[in-house]
Amino acid sequence: MNFFVPQNVSKPSRRGFLIAAGGTTAGLMIGSNLSLGTAEAAKTAEGAFNPFVIIAPDSTVTVLSKHLDKGQGAATGLATLVAEELDASWDQMHVEFAPANAKLYNNLQWGPYQGTGGSSAIANSYTQYRSAGAAAKEMLVAAAAKAWGVPAGEIKVEMGKISHSSGKSGTFGEFAAAASAMPVPEKPALKSPDQFAYIGKSFPRLDVKGKTEGAPIFALDVKRENMLVATIARSPKFGGTVKSFDATEAKKVNGVVDVIQIPAGIAVVAKSTWPALKGREALTIEWDFSKAETRSSDQLFEEYRELAGKPGKVFRSTGDAEAALAKADKVVEGDFEFPFLAHAPMEPHDVVIEFDGKTADIWTGSQLQTVDQYVTSKTLGIELPNVNIHTVWAGGSFGRRAIYDSHIVGEAAQLAKAWGKKQPLKIVWSREDDIKGGYYRPMYVHRVKAGLDADGNVIAWHHRIVGQSILTGTPFEALLVKDGIDHSSVEGVTNIAYDIPNMHGELHTVKVGVPVLWWRAVGHTHTAFVVETMIDDLAKAAGKDPVEFRMGLLKKKPRHMGALKLAAEKAGWGSDAPEGRFRGVAVHESFSSYVAEIAEISTSEDGEYKVERVVCAVDCGVAVNPDNIAAQMEGGLGYGLGHAMRNEITLTDGEVDQANFDTYEPMRISDMPNVETYIVPSTEAPTGVGEPGTPPVAPAVSNAIFAATGTRWRRLPFTKNEGTGS
Amino acid sequence: MRFDLTVNGSKRTVDVDPDTPLLWALRDELNLTGTKFGCGIAACGSCTVYLDGEPTRSCQTMVEDVGEAKVTTIDALSGKPAEAVQAAWRELDVPQCGYCQSGQIMAAAALLNENAKPSDEDINDAMDGNVCRCVSYHRIRKAIHRAAELMEA
Repeated sequence: MNFFVPQNVSKPSRRGFLIAAGGTTAGLMIGSNLSLGTAEAAKTAEGAFNPFVIIAPDSTVTVLSKHLDKGQGAATGLATLVAEELDASWDQMHVEFAPANAKLYNNLQWGPYQGTGGSSAIANSYTQYRSAGAAAKEMLVAAAAKAWGVPAGEIKVEMGKISHSSGKSGTFGEFAAAASAMPVPEKPALKSPDQFAYIGKSFPRLDVKGKTEGAPIFALDVKRENMLVATIARSPKFGGTVKSFDATEAKKVNGVVDVIQIPAGIAVVAKSTWPALKGREALTIEWDFSKAETRSSDQLFEEYRELAGKPGKVFRSTGDAEAALAKADKVVEGDFEFPFLAHAPMEPHDVVIEFDGKTADIWTGSQLQTVDQYVTSKTLGIELPNVNIHTVWAGGSFGRRAIYDSHIVGEAAQLAKAWGKKQPLKIVWSREDDIKGGYYRPMYVHRVKAGLDADGNVIAWHHRIVGQSILTGTPFEALLVKDGIDHSSVEGVTNIAYDIPNMHGELHTVKVGVPVLWWRAVGHTHTAFVVETMIDDLAKAAGKDPVEFRMGLLKKKPRHMGALKLAAEKAGWGSDAPEGRFRGVAVHESFSSYVAEIAEISTSEDGEYKVERVVCAVDCGVAVNPDNIAAQMEGGLGYGLGHAMRNEITLTDGEVDQANFDTYEPMRISDMPNVETYIVPSTEAPTGVGEPGTPPVAPAVSNAIFAATGTRWRRLPFTKNEGTGS
Repeated sequence: MRFDLTVNGSKRTVDVDPDTPLLWALRDELNLTGTKFGCGIAACGSCTVYLDGEPTRSCQTMVEDVGEAKVTTIDALSGKPAEAVQAAWRELDVPQCGYCQSGQIMAAAALLNENAKPSDEDINDAMDGNVCRCVSYHRIRKAIHRAAELMEA
């Protein structure tokens, strides 16, 4: 595996506010030394300061989003931050994806990369994009002041209009050119929260209109002149390689142009998509599985369970958990199992690549642009700055497009290299390729023992986790794997919110030949389930109400407490649930956002259950766009719920059993509960919302099932538990 | 082979193998990319188009079987239910990634065309074949009710 080392990303150069030279595209671009007012041109804006805002002569404000928008609303969020400080009107706002340039568009939370993930888009950009808007405004005002011969302090900017009490007024576009001659403010003044006109209000998403007309361009929609379409046949077992292949029948398929071997497998190159898919079906391939993973998931679970009975590597030790357990009045135990999960974003992967021998152009929903650049540059033997990534709208991700080894783009580069002609290629994945393609949420087994004293206080917690490390061996290892503990395996347990005097945690990191990846909310997808169902069991053992019991243990955690209180109040916790309904609660912090969810379920006599309603309360600091926060809570908890209900990836002799949406049955509208989202008012810095809605839902539902039936479901998906007919 | 199709009111000719799914003929040959590929087995609804007004999975409809049927895609969707659906979708900011939304909107407009005042149950029945991995279902449901109101107004 390649280790990514940032290099040659760009050279620093003078800060500047330079004006476009030419015609109708002339505009104001903050911090760039470019002569074109387009997003495309920003890729050569080296070492510039805040190259995030372009103002065109027609007053259109284009915000360059350094983050991929795969549905989470980041593009609109960044435009909101600029509009706020620029005092633009919403209808002049426009957003485009920034080109790949780690120097200019570094993720400030976890750079040196340009990338999107960890629910960080608004959190890391909050001051950066506001400052970009504020700087642009100050310079527009300075230009207007000079033109009108009035003090800058007397000029007002409101809703995209620059005006003075003398009656003079103008548009942004009129002053964009003159503003370029103005000095760049070092520290542009930012508004105080009481001056906000955009932040905290819900302005409509800028991408929605196009998305109701089939208009936005995803990578699958990219068409280049003379482009060919390719599919790749990959090993059916992870780690397998091609021993031999026969392309005779594939080449007979009308429209197939060629069949070639690349490191990733056998590529079928065709004039269009259907022959590329059909040609692949006609291949005969003999695989070499000598180095492949050939275990079944049942066997893996057996091995994990065995390890859960043995001491592992200690990740947390406070007090003496074993001694405290020995003298506990009551002990609650639980064994938990979590399957591999596929992300299955709605748009299967696709990449368009054009390589002329020196420069590569790539169109894809790139989530880690810098890693995509690096892997492409290494594969093609070209310099990193010669890899141009054209980020396009992505049809979902849930983590799947942020890939530490950039294998999807990497395969495209392999094919472009092997193809050797200056011809654009589009690599298309089928849904089967996606579901069977690995990079799953890892399987995990947890074994937990917790003890109560005679007064019902939690005095001890002993926790073992068994599973694969996502980050070991990746460019992110140095950042997130410490002393052999992958933080993403233990997050949510090692920093458990509850005040427990004796706490002990151990991890077994296992080696399995199935590639694994972060999946919406990463480690919290299993740790929150374990902690929040254990806490519920402890509440029951202590004879206490689940919400009160949690509050008793969260006295030092005001933000958990705030979310929990709000959810409990809005859900009517404490009053009887409607006839035939049962409630369950969970509260969990992930990515510095605090989410409490209360699930209300109904049950029927034949043992079926239905999640009818989920009340969600979130504290994510300053709420930049409340409606989008609600959308992310609805989607995040829905995503978690669907998988908890029935999704798993299983292996038989190393081969994935599931293939498509018939065997990996997605959440559907008839499964969807009514969701109410409430936001805890806050003046803290904004944190993310893409992931934190996901972790609490599965434990909240398990807790509601427990309230209804007294049966505890500890295996995911829920169909794996007793009483579910499986 | 050449096939004459009626797509969005125009006569179009495609030169493809007879077993080519209509989805790929629309996307690759006619450059109508609003119709999406999600599963290829009629399990997600992203590829929904109308054949003579009926919502149909274009990934499982072979070009040779289209015959005289009039094909309508999201690119040319029109009429009162469709406009109400699109307006409601914008009002409630339904789409997240947006990839499934062409199919969702085609299905929702077809529902309202048949049933101007659908219940939650009717919505579940009509929309269950349309998958949204971002899980925007909560808003889809609300937006269909809102579209019904807009049609009444």
